[in-house]
Parts: sequence; C-alpha cells; structure tokens
Amino acid sequence: METVSAQKRKTTASEPSPSLPLYRSAPELEVSLDDFELYAIDRLRVLKAMSDGLSRGKKPDEIGALVTELWKEHMQHPNPSDVMNKDIISHFVLRLVYCRTEDLRKWFLSMETTLFRHRFRLESLEVQRMLMSEFKLPFKALSNSEFEAVKEKLGQVARSINQPLPTVDSTIFKVPFEEVPELVAGRRVYMLKGDAYVAMNQVASLVVTQFRSHLSKALVLTNRKWTSMIQEQEKDRLTPIVEALSSSYLGPDYSQPKEYAEISIKDIDRVANSSFPLCMRHLFDKLREEHHLKHGGRMQLGLFLKGVGLKLDDALAFWRVEFSKKVGTEKFDKEYSYNIRHNYGKEGKRTDYTPYSCQRIITSTPGVGDHHGCPYRHFSEENLRAALSKMGVSSRTADDVMDKVRHRHYQLACTLTFEAIHSCSCDAGINHPNQYFTESQKILQQRSQAAE
Amino acid sequence: MTDKGNNGVDEMQVDVYTHEQRKKGSIPEGFNADYLKLYYAKLFPHVEIFKWMSYGNDGKHPARDTSYFGRREFSFTLDNDVYLRFQSFNSAAELENSIKEKCPFKIDIGPVYSVDPAKRHAYAQAGDNVFKPVERELVFDIDMSDYDDVRYCCSGADVCLSCWPLMTIAIKVIDFTLREDFGFNHILWVYSGRRGVHCWVCDGRARRLNNEQRAAIADYFRVYKGNENSHRKVSLAGPAMHPFISRSYADVLKLFFEEKLLCGQELLSTEERFQMILDMIPDESISGQLQERWKASWRPSMSKEDINIVRWGQLKHILQSGKQKAPVLRRCVEEIVFTYTYPRLDMEVTKHMNHLLKAPFCVHPKTGRVCVPIDPEHCEDFDPTSVPSLAELLEELNMAGSSNADSGWEGTSLAKSVSFFKSSFLQPLLKSCKVFLPPMPSELECQPIQLVSAGVDYL
Repeated sequence: METVSAQKRKTTASEPSPSLPLYRSAPELEVSLDDFELYAIDRLRVLKAMSDGLSRGKKPDEIGALVTELWKEHMQHPNPSDVMNKDIISHFVLRLVYCRTEDLRKWFLSMETTLFRHRFRLESLEVQRMLMSEFKLPFKALSNSEFEAVKEKLGQVARSINQPLPTVDSTIFKVPFEEVPELVAGRRVYMLKGDAYVAMNQVASLVVTQFRSHLSKALVLTNRKWTSMIQEQEKDRLTPIVEALSSSYLGPDYSQPKEYAEISIKDIDRVANSSFPLCMRHLFDKLREEHHLKHGGRMQLGLFLKGVGLKLDDALAFWRVEFSKKVGTEKFDKEYSYNIRHNYGKEGKRTDYTPYSCQRIITSTPGVGDHHGCPYRHFSEENLRAALSKMGVSSRTADDVMDKVRHRHYQLACTLTFEAIHSCSCDAGINHPNQYFTESQKILQQRSQAAE
Repeated sequence: MTDKGNNGVDEMQVDVYTHEQRKKGSIPEGFNADYLKLYYAKLFPHVEIFKWMSYGNDGKHPARDTSYFGRREFSFTLDNDVYLRFQSFNSAAELENSIKEKCPFKIDIGPVYSVDPAKRHAYAQAGDNVFKPVERELVFDIDMSDYDDVRYCCSGADVCLSCWPLMTIAIKVIDFTLREDFGFNHILWVYSGRRGVHCWVCDGRARRLNNEQRAAIADYFRVYKGNENSHRKVSLAGPAMHPFISRSYADVLKLFFEEKLLCGQELLSTEERFQMILDMIPDESISGQLQERWKASWRPSMSKEDINIVRWGQLKHILQSGKQKAPVLRRCVEEIVFTYTYPRLDMEVTKHMNHLLKAPFCVHPKTGRVCVPIDPEHCEDFDPTSVPSLAELLEELNMAGSSNADSGWEGTSLAKSVSFFKSSFLQPLLKSCKVFLPPMPSELECQPIQLVSAGVDYL
C-alpha cells in the first residue's frame, strides 16, 4: 500500500457535506497503485462523457441528468465509506494528469467546474449554505433594514427574470460584482455601487466562481510541483500511470480484432469503399494513386488496417504491391517492411501498437505531402465537400457536416457522414476509426443477412 | 485671405485659413506631418498623459512601483502606415522625446504588462505565460456608424448635430450606470476625433478586472440580440425590466427620443421611415391601422404640430391604451425607443485587456480635430463640429507670437480641454491613488482574505 500526496498541505478535519467535497487540499489517505489508476479512469469516464454531452449541445438540465447518471454508473464503490474517498482521490490524481499543459488545464478546469456546478445544484439549500460557509466567503446576508431599503428594486429584478419575489425572510447576499460575472452579464442581480445583490438560489454561481478560481490556481501550483519534483521522484511508480492517463482513449482499443472484422487482401478495396471512414479512405485512395505514403500516413493507415483484421502477411503483401510500383520490391523489403512488422510487434520493442483514436488523429499535424490527420479538420471546404460527395453524401447533408466542422466538432461531422451513408443513426458518436469500420460492417452484414 | 508659408522651414509660419474654413474643419491640408510636429512640440500635454498613466507611482511614496509606467504598452502609427507596437518608456522625458521624434499619426494606449513589453521575448519561453497584461482601464468605444440603420441625416463617417444626440445618450446612460451600478468614479470621456466617443474607466478596481469580468460588464449593457449579419433586435421580454433598463428608459432614452430624435431625424415623416417602425409592432391589425391612417393623410387638418410628434402620439395611444392587454404590445413602445436610441457598444473593445485604444489629445488624421475630453455632466452641450482643429490651434499659436515660446496650450482653444482634463479627471484620480497605495510595512496588519475581486489574477 502506498500513499498518494499531491500537495503538502494540512488536511481539513472533515468534509462538511456528506456527498460533495471541495477538494481544498490533498487528503492523507492510503490507496493502492491499482486504485490510484482505476479511480482516475472512472472519473475520467464521467468527465469525458460530460464533455461529449456539452459539445453535442445538451442543455443544462440534460447535463444535470447526465451527471447524475454518470456518477451512479462510474463513481460508486462497494464499500459505502469509500465512495467519498474515491471521489477525492480520483480528483487529485487527475489534477496530476491534467496540470501539465495549458490545454489540459483548461479542459480539466472546465469539466470539473461544470461537474461541481451540477452536483452543487442538486444539493439541498441546507447543504448549499454549509458549502458556502466552507469557502469562508466574507459575504454577509442583508439585515432586515438593509433589505427594506432595496426591497423594491430587488423585486423588480426578480420579476424581470421570472423569479419569486424576495421576502423579508429571504437570504440575500451583498457581493462585489467581480464574484458573480455570470449573474451580472445576464442582468440577473440588482447592482448598486459595485455590489451585486445575490439571492440564495443564485448562490451556485458565487460558489462555482470560487471553486473554479481555487482549482485554477491549484493546477498551476500542481504543475510546478510536478515538473520540479514529483515527475522525477515518481518515475518508476506514478509517473508512467499519470502520463498514460492523459492521452487515454477510453473505448476498446481494437488491438484484438473481432471475428467478423477479419479481412483479407482481396476484400480491401470493397470494404474500403463501404466501411472506411473518410480519413482512411483518403489515405487508401492516395496510396493506390501515388503508390506511396509518408510516415504519418503509413502509421495511421497501417495500424487501422491491423485493427480491422488484416494479418501481417497480408499487410506486407498489400503494401509491397503498392510501394514496389514506385520504389521497387527490393527497396520496399529493405526500408519499409521493417516498419510494418514493427507495427505488428514483431520487431524491436515488440510493443503491439494500437490503432489511433480520433482524438489522436485530430491533433496530429500533417505537413506538405502528408495525407494523414483528420480531413474534417484539415481539408478546405471545397475539398471536403468533394470528398463527401465521392462517398455518396448529399449536398444537404454536406451542409450539416460543414456546420459541425465550422464549430470544430470534427467527430460529430464524421458521425453525420456515417449516419448519412448508412441511413441510420449512430448515437454513440464516432471516436475511433476502427469503431466506424466495425459499426459499418455490422450494419451491412445485418442487412445482407436480412436480405437472404 | 491666404498666405502660404514655407512648410517646415520656419516653424512659426502657418497657413492662414479663413474663419469659415477653420470652422468647418474639413481641410485635408489641415493635417500633415509638419503641423503634427508643431502640435507635439507645443500643444500635446505630454506631462499630463504621463501623470495619468503613472497612477501615482511617479511620486515620492515609498511604496510606489517604479516599474509601473515602464510596463505600459503604447503603440505608434507612423506616417507611412508603419505600425510600432509594444513601445514602452521609463520616464516622462522618454515618452515625450519619442513622440516628438517619431511624430506618430496615432498613439494608442495598451495595457500594463507583467514585465516591460520591450523584454517580452525573454519571457515568452517560460511555459507559465509570464508576459501578460496585468492592468488595463475598462474601456468603451461607441461609433456613430453602428447607428446607420437608425439615422437619416448622415451615414458612414459623417456626423452632424442632428445625430450627435445619439452619442449624448450613450454617454449619459453609460456614465450614470458605471457610477451608480458599478461604483466607479474616475471616468474619462473622449471625443474620438471623427464620429464617436471613447470611455476610460480608471479606478484601480476597473484596471484590475480580467477579461471575463469585462465581458460581464459589456453584456450587462447589451440589449440587442443579433449582430451585423442579422437585423438587430431589441429584446425586452419579461413582466418587468431590470432597474438599470427602466431607469435608462425613463431618465434618458424616452426624453431624447421624443424631444430630439423624433423630429431631428424625422422618424415618421415618410412612408419608408414610418414603415420601419410599424414593422416592429407584432400585431398586424394595429400596424395596418396606423399604416392606412398615415398613408392617407399627409398632415392632420388642424394641428400645426410636427407630424412626427403627432404620429408618435397616435402610435403610443393605440399601443398603450387601457384596451391593450397583451404585455408584448405595451412593451413595443419601449422597444421602438430602445432601437432608435440605446447605446451600441463595440463589445470586443471592452472585453479584452489587451485591446489598444487611441490616446486622448491625439489629432484625427482625417478631420484634423483633436480628441478632446467631454464633460459627461454637460455632454448635451458638446458640439463635435466646433472641436479645435490642428490648423486652428497652430494659427492661434502663431498669433500668440514667438514671445510666448513656452506657452504651449495655454492661451489656445485647447486650454479649456487640458484644464478640464487636469482638474476634473486627473487631480481626483491621483488623489485617490495616494489613498490606495499599500500601507507602509510598519502599518501592515494581518492581511484580509484575498478575494477574487481584490485582483488576484487567475487563468
């Protein structure tokens, strides 16, 4: 059993709320290395699913329902007293994982804040009040006389946003406006001389701002500690886990292809046409056209084909056929076949490389002469429309796809394409090219079986 | 009577323009590099700008931050459109000399950065983003061309006394709200030189706002949905209006609409114009009724009253009479007034700490006019067509004679503006800066909790 301590601070004696921790300081708990990783993965599932929901444009109440569902699904523990521990530990582990670059910090901050906001809202007013005081915010509620002085204006604001009128029993906080930018922006509070008058039911905004501010600073500090000390100190223990977690794609990794996905070299052209996602089709077409692909393309397509079920011998044959047209068989055998065997884990480190997920492909940066990467991201509008049309996508659908692209929802764009071509919906959304392939094949086979 | 002098040879020889020409201020020859050189040599208030930008840190207070002024970004736009960013200076003399030497056609003021902008590259390598803005006035930019769809007298770059009330309205609404709702005190309004106004909120609390808080304030002021691409729609839904909105309407908008703009812009006098307003009434039977009535009669038989006033009265009567139960119709009158009067801000200018804004007392290259401060208490008296121009000022200097080599702006039409800047804005500001400089170490008590609002910055 080994102890995890992300920051050297004193523990708070006990958490005020039975279910919603504030993560003010790292707990002095003991956790096994396995749990260290597994707890983090479970929390990451929640955050990623939430992130997905947000980018699909789900509304706040839908997100709230989603959060409840996800929390129940992933963050439970057989031992009820460990539920809170899992919550706290997973959060702090993910801080280590996501503190290391500005993009990671931004994402994590955004997701944890959203998660906190929704969980806070679900709590009773009692608990909310308790949590508020935990933040030790020096805001006092208005006294009766103060309330009388602004009662009318408060009422006017309440009516303007369809909220119940405040009464002498309502708790109203006088707060510097900087603390509640969302409420100010929406004109949802009465403003007087720099103070915003915040009703109890708006308190979430206040607390969330504090939460985010605190976490944001904490992440910067964590990053400093990580780079200056922890990363090196833990290089044989926690560091490999932490580094793997940040790029983890949490679906199946397609390193072991399923039975019905096995294809042979004769099938390639046919399945490329029917079931490859655009990124792989493009690489495939270019390969057929130019009899060559640069390294990035060879990796992306090669690993994809492996995931799709192409055996090593078939892969070697396939690539040889194409490359030899350009560079000759001898050069192929000497220079390129090694890499293919490497991908299958037959050379060198003998790591069995896994096919790239969408996340990885989208963030790659193809240069001149490259054809890898995500076409939804990297193609010009003109080229993308042409490519979609070649795949049989109507121009109406192409418009929807372009709309997703403009908003940088590349995976949603690919999902739309999938749905258009297969004339059915794909609720899970595409996040791995091999998933696209598998789903496609499933549908086509179901249809051909039904036809028989 | 014109007497062309030798440009650039003898400093004091300045072209003499007729009084009429000067008044119009539309002489292109009234702006050139030589005139500007003279302006920067004799008239531009270098010291006052320096004092402002120092916020008290140039004084003797032991707790002053001597690096403060040097961390402020200025940018110069030169004659040939060359744009110099990240200019910084360590003293008043450096600032003044650089301006006199480079003779910029435009001077912009940017934020105060964490380090001297000249050294920014040294800090770019550090992963933690050490070069970033740490203070910047809260600023607003209001441009008359954003009102082109509601003014008929001019369009584009022109302004006149008929449409200028729109700027007056903007100043009144925003100034009052900044003081009353947000508690700011040190607010400078400046004529932009051609067709708009700028606002600089200089309280420490304002300077320390982050982008999110600035965006929140900009949104607090926002009343229009839609953008340049879609028709601007005012949305005042709800059983009541926020106190800020209702106050703005009652105290400023309604008054100006009914007393100035209705007739000044003749908003209901022609079919094209009144149709635009009728189109904003969601009930076709009512708008149809008014439309028929107005198309039919050019002028009501008895009344000598202005037709715009008469028609507006009729419109209000129908929409606000006791018979109308639908709140959406009652609200319609306000929405029309808002559409034609409510301030239109450039949100992007306000939201970003690093946005550069033109410095007061610059000369606008296209009009030759000086960007003078506007007194918000008397903004309805401001006349953009009689703002001192460069040519006029140099002529005044000329007439003052070479005996007054050091007189500078005193004795010219610029004196009033600089005095106002000093007494109404700069002095109270610097006084408040003295009060808020951190206490001496021996006076330090236990530090209060660092609130977000205390300016501790975060990502």
